[in-house]
Amino acid sequence: MLWLGVAYLVALGGLFVTAFWTTNEFSNTLVRVWNTDNFEQLFTLDVYRTITLRTIGVAVAVTVIDAIVAFPIALFMAKVASQRWQRIMLIAVLMPLWASYLVKAYAWRAMFSSTGPVNSLLDPLGLHLGYGLPATVITLAYLWLPYMILPMFAGLERVPDSVLEASADLGARGGTTLRRVILPILAPAVFAGSIFTFSLTLGDYIAVKIVGGTNQLLGNAVYDSALTGSNLPFAAALATIPVVIMLVYLAAVRRTGALDEL
Amino acid sequence: MVNRSNSPSIQLTDLAKSFGSVSAVDGVDLTIAEGEFFSMLGPSGSGKTTVLRMIAGFEQPTRGTVSLAGQDVTGLPPFARDVNTVFQDYALFPHMSIAENVEYGLRVKRVPKAERRTRVGEALETVRLSSHGDRRPHQLSGGQRQRVALARALINRPTVLLLDEPLGALDLKLRREMQIELKAIQREVGITFVFVTHDQEEALTLSDRIAIFNDGRILQVATPRELYETPNSAFVAGFVGTSNLLTGAAARSVVGRDGTFSIRPEKIHLDDVPDGAATTAGVIREVVYLGSANHFVVDLDVPDGPDNPENRGNPTSLTVLRQNTATAGTALGRGERVRLSWLPENVIELASTLSTAPSAITEESA
Repeated sequence: MLWLGVAYLVALGGLFVTAFWTTNEFSNTLVRVWNTDNFEQLFTLDVYRTITLRTIGVAVAVTVIDAIVAFPIALFMAKVASQRWQRIMLIAVLMPLWASYLVKAYAWRAMFSSTGPVNSLLDPLGLHLGYGLPATVITLAYLWLPYMILPMFAGLERVPDSVLEASADLGARGGTTLRRVILPILAPAVFAGSIFTFSLTLGDYIAVKIVGGTNQLLGNAVYDSALTGSNLPFAAALATIPVVIMLVYLAAVRRTGALDEL
Repeated sequence: MVNRSNSPSIQLTDLAKSFGSVSAVDGVDLTIAEGEFFSMLGPSGSGKTTVLRMIAGFEQPTRGTVSLAGQDVTGLPPFARDVNTVFQDYALFPHMSIAENVEYGLRVKRVPKAERRTRVGEALETVRLSSHGDRRPHQLSGGQRQRVALARALINRPTVLLLDEPLGALDLKLRREMQIELKAIQREVGITFVFVTHDQEEALTLSDRIAIFNDGRILQVATPRELYETPNSAFVAGFVGTSNLLTGAAARSVVGRDGTFSIRPEKIHLDDVPDGAATTAGVIREVVYLGSANHFVVDLDVPDGPDNPENRGNPTSLTVLRQNTATAGTALGRGERVRLSWLPENVIELASTLSTAPSAITEESA
């Protein structure tokens, strides 16, 4: 554990340090000279602001969709299903995690192809959903859904049935119980799940390549700078953006007590 | 207190509930009067909690009806019934303060804010928790949580308060205190209390009337005194207080004829023979010193004793309780031969089986 932590922190530190270096434009070699050129570029070039906002937008959309989809599933598993069905559903939720990420992403690529199932369903309605950001959001929401269902399920399981009965007993209908009792108690679990869905989306660059058409997220920009552009310091500077966003997000979530849920 | 008013507060008619193939409640008929402190007493799994949950609306009966204040509410959901519940685990909302917990019932019924505040203040006052309104449930002790649950359930001024083993999680001393407090609160608010418990002493202490449950049925409904003095079955006699059950040879020896009889340990005298008493003799097998009293097990002079096949499974000894009063006779030891005496009216004849047969009780047996 300690070694993992040390290795991780050293790598992260190396990333930050690299971000303040630069490269020789002709030889593409690393020049270890302290400067802030990379960050100046980041803040002045519109394209990176657009990519950053787009990435945050996708991460937020994925998180919100996952929370909305996961809630009824987790509620059913925790409070309605029999023990047997609860186990079956738990396995069904966990099973996709055993399959390769790429297999699932390419499966969605097939789904969104112009002759795929999604579009043959949408065609009669005169709609078309090809590769692009919506497809990316749907694919990522699918990929990270178990990470939202599991903490919600655990959170709901910890709510005794008698608490829900007490609410009904005191005169609350289902909707009121949901709004005043279930959701407030569940909030920390939702935030805990959102840490996964949000951070995993921030760092993802594969799904968007497979189903995102020509769109780029931060991960792609980092990838391109580092490998295609051979500009490691700039890639490092770019990579600090999701790290900073995530730190801000974690600090915000911490205040809700969600970190105690993990 | 009993039958204070003619309109029954709760009426259960042929109520039954099965979970799959398991029958939890099997044909319960019960009428509870307004303002009554009514207990449902029975061992765990006897169906008493299920009956309570059907009154609250948490369970739908498979058969029969539930009426509250003369209205059939069988199909109504919990929020539409004028009944509130104190749960065994208190079921306080963990994310709300004590005051918010108590206020919840008023809030969901959209009572104006000013009135809410006054009533929450009063309710917390009633349960002596006025200074704890801002705390969270997990910051309170078990007894305090219990009082919050009580205040929360009473705030809507229900016609009936249901209590599901509310004192079960408290230690003995606190339990005693809460029993007295519960009784006082019930007298103060004057509404019907339906109290589920498996603790017979608690039921005897608190109740105006008690229903004894076993195997999903009610065996007897009576006042604590009637239950204790004239149980209608061996089960009731054994469940409410301790009792000497006499059958077979023991019955012939003590009562003088066949049948099933019950006599309470404290109704048997060891030395002094009151006027008109019946007597028999026996040998002390065991003495247990209880402080304020002594507990004796006396083997009866039954033909062949335990070796008689007729006596198999039937007791051939009597339990006797003698108070250690100032005038109590000399200490009696094991192996001593003693004369036992009792007044014939203290021997109760029971229906011969453990069935639900209605009372076949006679005061003048023997």
